[in-house]
Amino acid sequence: MSYLYFFPIPVYFFIGAVLSIFLPKGFIKSIFVTLVPVIALVAFIYGDYTNGLKVQFLDLELDFMRVDKLSTVFAIIFCIASCLGNIFAFHLRDTMQPFIALVYAGAAIGAVFAGDLVTLFVYWEVTAISSVFLIWARGTEGSYHAGMRYLIIQVLSGVVLLYGIALFYHDNNSIEFSRMELGSLSSYLIFLAFGIKCAFPLLHNWLQDSYPSATITGTVILSAFTTKLAVYALARGFAGTEILIYIGAIMTVFPIFFAEVENDLRKVLAYSLNNQLGFMVVGIGIGTELALNGTAAHAFSHILYKALLFMSVGAVLLRTGTSRASELGGLYRTMPLTAIFCLIGAASISAFPLFSGFISKSLIMSGAGKEHYQFIWLVLVFASAGVLSHSGIKVPFFAFFHHDSGKRPREAPLNMLIAMGLTAFLCVYIGINPGHLYSLLPYEVKYNPYTLEHILTQLQLLCFAILAFYVLYKFKQLPSEERGVNLDFDWTYRKLLPSIINILVRILSNFEVGVLKFFKTVISAFVYGVYSLSGPDSITTRIWTSGTMVLCIAIVLLVVLGIILI
Amino acid sequence: MASEIKQTVLHLSDHLPILQVVVPMLIAPIIVIFNNRLIAWLLSFFGTIICLIISVALMWATADGSVLTYFLGGWVPPVGIEYRIDAANSILLFLISVISVIVMFFSSNALISEVPKEKHTLFYACFLLCLTGLLGVVATADIFNVFVFLEISSLSTYVLVAQGSYVDRRALSASFNYLIMGTIGATFFVIGIGFIYMATGSLNMMDISERALELGNNRTIQAGFAFIIVGMGLKLAMVPLHIWLPNAYSFAPTVVTCFLAATATKVALYVLIRFVFSVFNYQYGFVSEIFLFLLMPLGIIAMIVGSVIAIFKQNLKKLLAYSSLAQIGYMVLGLSLLSEKGLSASLVHMVNHGFTKAALFMALGAFIINTKNPYLSSIKGLGKAMPLTSAAFVVGGLSLIGVPGTAGFISKWLLIEAVLEAGYWVVAVAILVSSLFAVIYIWKIVEVLYFNEKPENHGELSFYLVSPIWILALFCIFLGLNTGLTVDIANMAAEILF
Repeated sequence: MSYLYFFPIPVYFFIGAVLSIFLPKGFIKSIFVTLVPVIALVAFIYGDYTNGLKVQFLDLELDFMRVDKLSTVFAIIFCIASCLGNIFAFHLRDTMQPFIALVYAGAAIGAVFAGDLVTLFVYWEVTAISSVFLIWARGTEGSYHAGMRYLIIQVLSGVVLLYGIALFYHDNNSIEFSRMELGSLSSYLIFLAFGIKCAFPLLHNWLQDSYPSATITGTVILSAFTTKLAVYALARGFAGTEILIYIGAIMTVFPIFFAEVENDLRKVLAYSLNNQLGFMVVGIGIGTELALNGTAAHAFSHILYKALLFMSVGAVLLRTGTSRASELGGLYRTMPLTAIFCLIGAASISAFPLFSGFISKSLIMSGAGKEHYQFIWLVLVFASAGVLSHSGIKVPFFAFFHHDSGKRPREAPLNMLIAMGLTAFLCVYIGINPGHLYSLLPYEVKYNPYTLEHILTQLQLLCFAILAFYVLYKFKQLPSEERGVNLDFDWTYRKLLPSIINILVRILSNFEVGVLKFFKTVISAFVYGVYSLSGPDSITTRIWTSGTMVLCIAIVLLVVLGIILI
Repeated sequence: MASEIKQTVLHLSDHLPILQVVVPMLIAPIIVIFNNRLIAWLLSFFGTIICLIISVALMWATADGSVLTYFLGGWVPPVGIEYRIDAANSILLFLISVISVIVMFFSSNALISEVPKEKHTLFYACFLLCLTGLLGVVATADIFNVFVFLEISSLSTYVLVAQGSYVDRRALSASFNYLIMGTIGATFFVIGIGFIYMATGSLNMMDISERALELGNNRTIQAGFAFIIVGMGLKLAMVPLHIWLPNAYSFAPTVVTCFLAATATKVALYVLIRFVFSVFNYQYGFVSEIFLFLLMPLGIIAMIVGSVIAIFKQNLKKLLAYSSLAQIGYMVLGLSLLSEKGLSASLVHMVNHGFTKAALFMALGAFIINTKNPYLSSIKGLGKAMPLTSAAFVVGGLSLIGVPGTAGFISKWLLIEAVLEAGYWVVAVAILVSSLFAVIYIWKIVEVLYFNEKPENHGELSFYLVSPIWILALFCIFLGLNTGLTVDIANMAAEILF
């Protein structure tokens, strides 16, 4: 066993990121950046981390490498996603984006392996700060502001987490990151921090705001890590917390409506990302072995097909310069391969049998069914139909088919096709051979998705959803082909709260002036004597300030004497 | 009493406590005699390095919790003056010496842009006297001696601040205001000492604490305490008494600002700590009442208001000065908890903030050398034109915010821990809110630095200016990763003082 294997896995990413700066822009650099996740994955598989990597810091024991089955499955898919994302970005001739992509992936993996809350917090913040550069890299005014909003929310999540951790340490005198009960203030704060990052309902807007604002390649990378890291953290810390079931159920439903009316296809995908997270959150809330397996499996396959969808829409955006449904259509003529890959992604997210979504989502659904959450089960069924409608049909339909927009773009670049091809292959492979994914899951799987009954139910559902879409389409009731801005909950904190804060800020900014004014009225008689003696205004003001200071001293002395002597 | 030390055999190591103070004091007149700019700088730099070596030796000797005493002229206290070095003041001696060496190095090239050449000799003499005063205040165990050294450092500081008048005449009035406030503070302090002497008949700290214990509930001592609190409150810029600080910091030459921001207020706070724990007994009712009802609220107000005002400042020197007020609030807060953890957090924050603020002011000074004015609008795009200096500024800013991996994180973490131990939840929230404000005002600067077009006529500065900035920035990171130097010694100090 070589000594090299005992590095924490994120270190490979960070070293790779730093080295990438010094490589010449071009082919070599892109190859190198693509290989880093592969090297890290190999090092992880052959490394021996059974005892973790513990370090003493102040009076805290930090564990950088807690390896168990839950962290393993997330780490593996993060490595794969990082590699695929970098292939997709192979054509970039940039210093910053490859660097950031590696740091960001490394930090997400580091957070997954964090055995204690402090390490988790550090990586939590690194993911936040690094990822924002992927948004800023687009270089537009809009992306700059979206990035700022994203950063504020992410850092806020970090601050809440830090406060929760401090309280947790104070309560339990331990910083071990393991399952906790909701109850104390500390656990609620940690829960809230996870929730912000997981885009819980009403905390979700940063996601739809920022992901579509990032660069074409940045969105693909963004979609993989941040939210899934939060899912991992919830699964680790709050498995079996019942409220998560209801939060998750709401999460699966409400983005559907927004996604249906949204025109920008990347935004549609961001909403459907939110909806898919809902399934995972429900699985965590149920907390049985079956449901947790479902969450892990769904995260795994979700990262792949969501990346695939973002890649295909990204390729369209690259070639046509727009991702708005109203300006696209009929692209299958000149971008056939991209269209096929997009359809594979759509089939996966809609959970068609033989595709990856089918074998992972059904674990969660069965988990809900087995624990007799009938209502939740129905909600999930409804949400599945919704997914099919807005992601499964709408995205490929409006981009590649529908009426002819007249655009005749070239096929996507080769590296993008390779990235999409590999991702699509994985989606199908997992769908056909679920055993390989199932063997990675945290618990033993005794589940067979390919029963006749299950396939029939799923196909019925899918057929009816397609029918509904067709009917709406025929009667021209589909709402999405208009340019427009849809108001979401973020109006409250983008418009209402700032106006309140503005007023508060104005009050505070006047504070110092106000205090001085107060003293001015109190001692104006005294000041007047000095004023008449000392001539020009400027000098008067200065002397008066000294007088104020002295009066201030006198008052403080009186207060101190008062407290002591009375 | 350990009075039987042998003064006959002259071991250099026995005399370290006094040499620490005397070396800069003796060099100051020598350089005035030579009256040559280069010799003045060389001798001053040499002197500060000797101070640093001595302080490291002292810290080494006291790190295990032992106490070094030195009787001036062999006179045994309470009659003679005693110098007393333990973990608490050795760490401050180290801070002051390190900062003085780095600032000295920086001044070799930086001073020329702010002070005319012919004044440099006198400037360095004043600087050394100021250093003497600060070191003396920390080293001595005699309360009248504290006053004397405090005045030495203050008087030279007034002169140093006034040197800014070659760039901006307002430095004169800032210095004058500082003089008035500082003198009142010193007067109050000496009145307090007078009261204590009246009641106990002694000036030695250890002696006073024994005698005060016998006197019990004595009004004279209590009044003395009140005057000392207010006097020191003025010197350390506790919030309603802070008005001198922003102007003094912003109009003084950069070299002076760096040095003062890192050391002067910390020394005043140290005096307060000494008086509370070594002279008075912190368990006295009146002491704890003052701390709970006055110092803690004032500390919290300073934390919040200082940060809020800093957000709106366009003059970056003033911005950092107000942020200093907020940081002093943290230290006062830690002290006001009157717990071992709080005290150690306060001590650690003194050191960490010293390095952090010195790095920030120095980087800002480097910007000003290029741009000639301290306003936010003038540093547009310097992140691209002066990448090294800007990166150091960002490191300092991160440490000021308290990002993990930097010095600021360690002390804020300790402080929050101490506050939670005492059960003040709301205060912990206030600390976080104040840190958020720090994020805002630091970000404001970073944004202007990096998100603008590169200006054409500015470039990176010479090695002699950039390297001291980076030494300080690396200290910010080093102290954030290796806590052995600060936290362990501060814990030891807190243990001794309690």
